Amino acid sequence: MTARLLALLAALLVLALLPLLLPDYFLHMAVQILLWGFVYTAWSLMGRYGLVSLGHGAFLGIGGYGPALLWNLYDVTPWLGIPVSVALAALLALVVGYPATRMRVVGHYYALVTLALSQVVALTIIALRDITGGSLGMTPRAAGFSWYALQFPAKGQFYLLALIVWLVGLGAWIWVDRGMGSKALEAINEDEGAAAAIGINIMREKLRITLVSAALTALGGGIFVQYLMYVNPETVAGVGVSLQIVFAAIAGGMYSLLGPTVGALFTLVLTEGLRIYFGTSFIGAANTIYGVLLVLFIIFMPRGILGLIERLMTRPRRAAQRLAGIVEQDLHRDALHDLHEIARRILRR
Amino acid sequence: MDIYLLEAVINGILLGGVLALLALGLNLIFGVIDVVWIAYAELVMFGMYAVYWLTNVYGWPVLLACAAAILFVALLGVLVHLLIIEPILGSAPINQLLATGGLLFFLQSLATLLFGTDFRNLGIRLPIIEIGDIFISFSRLLAFIVALLGASALYLFLSRTFLGTAIRAVAQDREIMGLMGVDQRRIYLITSAIGGGLAGLAACLLMLQYDVHPFIGLTFGPITFMICVLGGLGNMIGGFVAAFIISQIIAISGYYVSIEASYVLAFVVFIALILVRPQGILGK
Amino acid sequence: MLSLTDISAGYGSFQALFGVSLEVKLGEAVGVIGPNGAGKTTLMRVISGLLPAKGGAFSFEGRALTTLPAHRIVAAGIAHVPENRRLFARLTVEENLRMGAFLPSARRHFAERLAWIYELFPRLKERRRQLAGTMSGGEQQMCAIGRALMSKPQILLMDEPSAGLAPLVVDQVFDLVRRIRAEGFTVLIVEQNVQQVLEVVDRAYLLESGHIKLSGGAAELARNDDIRRAYIGI
Repeated sequence: MTARLLALLAALLVLALLPLLLPDYFLHMAVQILLWGFVYTAWSLMGRYGLVSLGHGAFLGIGGYGPALLWNLYDVTPWLGIPVSVALAALLALVVGYPATRMRVVGHYYALVTLALSQVVALTIIALRDITGGSLGMTPRAAGFSWYALQFPAKGQFYLLALIVWLVGLGAWIWVDRGMGSKALEAINEDEGAAAAIGINIMREKLRITLVSAALTALGGGIFVQYLMYVNPETVAGVGVSLQIVFAAIAGGMYSLLGPTVGALFTLVLTEGLRIYFGTSFIGAANTIYGVLLVLFIIFMPRGILGLIERLMTRPRRAAQRLAGIVEQDLHRDALHDLHEIARRILRR
Repeated sequence: MDIYLLEAVINGILLGGVLALLALGLNLIFGVIDVVWIAYAELVMFGMYAVYWLTNVYGWPVLLACAAAILFVALLGVLVHLLIIEPILGSAPINQLLATGGLLFFLQSLATLLFGTDFRNLGIRLPIIEIGDIFISFSRLLAFIVALLGASALYLFLSRTFLGTAIRAVAQDREIMGLMGVDQRRIYLITSAIGGGLAGLAACLLMLQYDVHPFIGLTFGPITFMICVLGGLGNMIGGFVAAFIISQIIAISGYYVSIEASYVLAFVVFIALILVRPQGILGK
Repeated sequence: MLSLTDISAGYGSFQALFGVSLEVKLGEAVGVIGPNGAGKTTLMRVISGLLPAKGGAFSFEGRALTTLPAHRIVAAGIAHVPENRRLFARLTVEENLRMGAFLPSARRHFAERLAWIYELFPRLKERRRQLAGTMSGGEQQMCAIGRALMSKPQILLMDEPSAGLAPLVVDQVFDLVRRIRAEGFTVLIVEQNVQQVLEVVDRAYLLESGHIKLSGGAAELARNDDIRRAYIGI
């Protein structure tokens, strides 16, 4: 037990000290991995229970544009602007989520409604081009190094902020996973009628997780924009980024704690790698390969990278069980194991 | 009535024609195979590029290029089913959605790679018809008429032919189709080809009016999904009607407010309607 | 002649048929009787190709059909009237019949076959443009049988044709079976209504828990005490 705790603390310490070790370029990558990992984790809070939203760009967009607009137009500090935008995103989730849950909007309909939601937000941002700058995007007014404006020109502070936010995301995931809500949501996902029959409050469970997911996503958006000092509707709202969120979470493995972060790592490294390889000579080549990989992932590795690793690591155990005639464990359950399962196996060695 | 409002209404109806055609294709595939091709608009985009390439680069006559484009996208449809849908037919519906979503991304990037991000135009200038004080673009009118013809042809095919009846039957009871001597896989492939063909036809009609660029799918794709869901996913008639409802909302609010606001409004109305009646206006 | 040898089949880890063997000669009417859950429907589905057999083999007129998919088995001349009719509810009666004639060989003669079925079942002709799902149970059964006959099969498989129908309608259905037999069709009929089916078939098999327990002439089985006690309620 203590060995595991020490290992985790050591890992945290290394992560925290990274700004001192890494050059700017890698630090930039690290911040993106952490922030996107956070956003993907937030999405997976819904995705893992069958609430596959294709519209999280809506919340990301609100979280991104909100603080920037409040800052530029009314000098409102992002410390206020971000919570306000987060609340707004949660409100949107509530306004759409309540009737959706009530009216049993599920499956394809749910996916397409959420897709429409992200389009609405993206189109609204573009339509209000006078204040948002439309498709060209906008930048928060620069204020140098400022705690009030939440702007830090050097990357180090942002890295630590991103690290904290990321850890908050992991904490939220663990909190959801350990709570009774998790079991309820799994039951709902399995068979909504039966779940209702045994007394589970469908509305409360679904709404709650939707609000948490939306709020966290918006938070990610807010921090992101403060970091990049630029936002445009394509990168934070709309169909493209919504799909990107879903894919990355799935590619990494949306049923495990670190899966979405692995997804962020994978996609960012891949994109960067492809871009470096192809340079500017074949614009679009990198993304094309990315697209192919995504399709292949869905077909061959729907549990993502981490899911694959899980399966490989439990292979001897499952084989032994099969031999002993024990019915094969529910793989869904296997893949639900989080970091400390893997860590425990590693540490035992 | 305000003459310009009338013009907007008429343009809305004309716009609805092509949207209805798109919705028909998407609904056909969903009704039969139970998958939504998220990348449907991107298939149309490739069809548009095909028309452009054949006419502007190879100098083909427009009609021939359109015919070729329709066949081309029909073939793409078959490939989509064979390569992407078939391997995951058994898995969770969301996987199929996401796989075609991945295809969307792939097609957009491939188009960027192959054609660059420039806007391409057929370069055909069809006349503007003037009726009283109303101006109607002939290309738009032509597109509307052809779209209706295409829809009628589809209707006749589905209701009069053996294959068409089989396609309608598969949507109702998949399992016993084999007992009728129907090879289910063949039906799926034929349906995919027809869905692709409809997309190809829509591509030709769109190319008459608009420019093509790799991301043009985003301008009418989500709207098409919206229309299909509003009419009840898989419900061909519902989609047809919903297309005109949506196009009217866009046209009229575009007239009173602005084009961009009209799209926002259309989506907001959609979300509101779906939340009130989740199975779609004409859904079961 | 249809011949099943040692057929085993099931769903997942659940086995429904254990080494079932039976045969049907052309021109015969053969019944398979047994309680609920005996595997009767599973048997039909294996023969028509809806369910793959896990063991054993079956052939028709010397041709092995065990591994063929359903649409090829229909082409070989075996038509299946499924349990619960399974009509295409939102297609009209005539469209359902058209589906029955989907095979190229049947399509060629569609017009004449349609006329023949309408002659056999005048009620269907009256309702030709009615949506199949809106008809009564008995009419639906007629339509389902007609649909299967459109392919002029050599063997007609009927899965519990009397299920869910009112007694008067049940009588009509069995009359129908007699008429079909009179037209010269070979019939393999699976039924829970033991008394009536034994009056219609030449031979029958008793299927219990996936095993053939008894077989023999219809009259002989009808006199069998065990059967009478268990299934005819005497």
